[in-house]
Amino acid sequence: MPHALSLKVNGRVVSVGTEPERPLLDVLREDLGLHGTKYGCGEGQCGACTVLIDGRATRSCITSVGDVSGHNVQTIEGLADGDRLHPVQQAFLDKEGLQCGYCVPGQILTALDLLTRKPLPSRPEIVEAMTGNICRCCNYRRILESVEHAAQLMDRAKSAGATP
Amino acid sequence: MNHDAPLLDDGCEVERYELREAVPYRFQPNRRQVVQLLGAGLVIAATARVASTQPPRGGRGGGGRPERFSERFHIGRDGIVTVMTSKVEVGQGSRTQLTQAAAEELRLPVEQIRLVMADTAVCPNDGGTAGSQTTPSTVPRVRSAAAAARELLVGLAAAKLKLERARVTLDHGTFVTELDGPQLTLAQLASDDELIAQLTREPEHQGGTSVTAVAQWEVLGTEMAKVTGKEVVTGAAVFPSDVTRPGMIYVKVLRPPSFAATLQAIDLTPAQALDGVHVVRDGNFVGCTAKSSWQAAKAVDALAATAKWDAPPQPSGESLFALLKSTANTAGGGRSGSRENRWGDSTAAVAQSNKVINTSYTVAYIQHAPMEPRAAVAEWSEGKLTVWTGTQQPSRVREQLAEAFRLRSDQVRVIVPDTGGGFGGKHTGEAALEAARLAQAAGRPVSLRWTREEEFAWAYFRPAGLIEVQAGLDAAGRLHLWDFTNYNSGGSALESPYRSANGRTRFVTSTAPLRQGSYRALASTANTFARESAMDELAALANVNPLEFRLAHLPDGRLKDVLVDAARRFNWREAHSRQQPGRGVGLACGTEKASFVATCAEVEVIENRIRVLSVCTTFECGAVQNPLNLRSQIDGSLVMGLGGALFEAIEFQDGKVKNGRFSQYRVPRMEDLPELDTAVLDRRDLPSVGAGETPIIAIAPAIANAVAHATGTRLRSLPLRFPCERG
Repeated sequence: MPHALSLKVNGRVVSVGTEPERPLLDVLREDLGLHGTKYGCGEGQCGACTVLIDGRATRSCITSVGDVSGHNVQTIEGLADGDRLHPVQQAFLDKEGLQCGYCVPGQILTALDLLTRKPLPSRPEIVEAMTGNICRCCNYRRILESVEHAAQLMDRAKSAGATP
Repeated sequence: MNHDAPLLDDGCEVERYELREAVPYRFQPNRRQVVQLLGAGLVIAATARVASTQPPRGGRGGGGRPERFSERFHIGRDGIVTVMTSKVEVGQGSRTQLTQAAAEELRLPVEQIRLVMADTAVCPNDGGTAGSQTTPSTVPRVRSAAAAARELLVGLAAAKLKLERARVTLDHGTFVTELDGPQLTLAQLASDDELIAQLTREPEHQGGTSVTAVAQWEVLGTEMAKVTGKEVVTGAAVFPSDVTRPGMIYVKVLRPPSFAATLQAIDLTPAQALDGVHVVRDGNFVGCTAKSSWQAAKAVDALAATAKWDAPPQPSGESLFALLKSTANTAGGGRSGSRENRWGDSTAAVAQSNKVINTSYTVAYIQHAPMEPRAAVAEWSEGKLTVWTGTQQPSRVREQLAEAFRLRSDQVRVIVPDTGGGFGGKHTGEAALEAARLAQAAGRPVSLRWTREEEFAWAYFRPAGLIEVQAGLDAAGRLHLWDFTNYNSGGSALESPYRSANGRTRFVTSTAPLRQGSYRALASTANTFARESAMDELAALANVNPLEFRLAHLPDGRLKDVLVDAARRFNWREAHSRQQPGRGVGLACGTEKASFVATCAEVEVIENRIRVLSVCTTFECGAVQNPLNLRSQIDGSLVMGLGGALFEAIEFQDGKVKNGRFSQYRVPRMEDLPELDTAVLDRRDLPSVGAGETPIIAIAPAIANAVAHATGTRLRSLPLRFPCERG
């Protein structure tokens, strides 16, 4: 039966009346109108549905909405600061890390999780973190370059922030 | 038949890759349905005719019908020019490329161009998006229309400025004169009511408008990033599965347990009892509507539990290639689709040959598996139907909907938002039909999104194929006989580019056990795999380096050029003579859809596991229109081809797909990415042709040849697997 669940999505507290066992993916898309998170497989194999939960990349298609009540959910819509893109988004634009673009929100959030934990990852570390995200256009070379570029942009932003 | 709607593109996948099957549903007539007879359609305000400098050559239905200016363009009062085309964007870059084409000829900044794509209510029919036809067919059409439009606008601006026409040019959205005289922007021109009235008249300037020469290109030929990039990276891009309509609910369809099964009995009540669920049965079609897709899925589970099916026996994968051979339509001719080409005396050539190979190759059924499965939103309003769906054939889907619901074409509107991948796998409209039927029953808009399992089982497959090659060498080690037969997978790239005194090439249709259709580069991958593998086997027989063997049989020209370039950059001769345990190199080349590719690959084989280390490719498709996107298409094709080469195969038994999930069906991932060294020969002296397909064709044989070089074992089936890996 539907419950009133309190969720924190992209910094805002929202209340949804829903069965707690519904996938977070469905609630984000159908109840909250956040369509940037995509369905790809429904079994946590492709990464298209990746969101950040308390900063960690999580497959929203196999995560029940009831399990994330009280946690911070971040979706692709919550990344940019107004018109100012997040450096990872900017990097995917700069390096043309997109073909059809359907997998890109999941790729960006997976990359952000990696770069938060490991600011300047090696190429094998990027591959290890990103290989769970399928791009059927097989744009992997440019996605890899986008993540490397994102690491540089974030590092530069951090240095700039550290020196007043 | 509904499928015979004219395709305006020449040479567009005319063979059996195009599914020519009946509409999958024939719904019962709905008595409540109010069919409103419409008037003559939209009143078209502007009638200026565009002189086409490059009318479509030959082809079916191409015509050369002059296009109304207003069919292709709309000029807003803000100076934004909207360009309309029936082509779709599925990741291949058509939106950006056509934007460049229009910007080039209209002398406008790209920011001042908008594209409306694949909306059957407003877009002229440029045909479906298939066969790499956007570059050679639609781009020229848009360019000549834009060039004619520019001339029309310049004439109007000159009149407005009271100057001689020859003294006015359009530059970056502003009409400028030689002198420091008055200027006029496109926005100013578009805002002038008097000029708009003139715009609607038949123009005096007719014909002879020429498009910008390649040497003068300012926008085409440059690296342009995807025009929708920002929407994509912010999650704002609206894919077909993201479309929402006011009052929209969610739907699911009950699938049979196996192919061709028919529904004998079903109890709808357990599903109907679920909160907010409404069940619809129309013959074999059963679906349900609910407030969420999760609830709809629960209802479908309840329906499946009570459904009784009549499931006729279906072939299984183990007998696939024997089946293709035993059901072969070798008599050929007529409606069979089989075809044959003979030269010399191929029968006598067998005995005349000094050395002969007699081999067969196979390719598996594979699935396109685009990241976005089929999806559709359907909405009825006053007897008219609008469907938003991801398809490469919006016009054909409109006809299917019209037939299934007994509507006229103008009562159906199909809109294709930029879609999450196609690869030739979205030429049909199943989801559109299903969503429309459920929306009709619900009396409100519905959203249907196929699951990955549905997409794996109920979309169509790239055809499997069996290819037999008999080839012989004369005493000098030259090809004397080339006898090549493809069963079932198709006739693309059937003809060999290599000289042979005698031969026969055949494409033979079979009774296909699975629903099959188009795919990126179609049968070219299968035929190039077989041919290029056989060429290596023959080179070994002749005791000649595979590169030299090919060069000895290739005429001078574009294919030889890419082969020589790739081999040079790969340092082929040195790489091939290197002796490293478990490592090998291979090469292959081919042509398809008028572009040319050569690929060299280095592989490592450890304990029968194949890993592709590096891939060096040279590609040529005439004058390059967007080098950035071209590179994406080449690299994407290569890595996608690596999936078909190493992993992908649909397993099926008793009418069921056994591996229809990403956890069971391996597609390339970032960990599979080899080092890619890609070069393009930009032939600005040659017409631009499509590039989204051809680069996929040479990688599989290059890998197979490298595996043979590394291990001495010749693998003749795609995907390439060592025998002990099977089962």
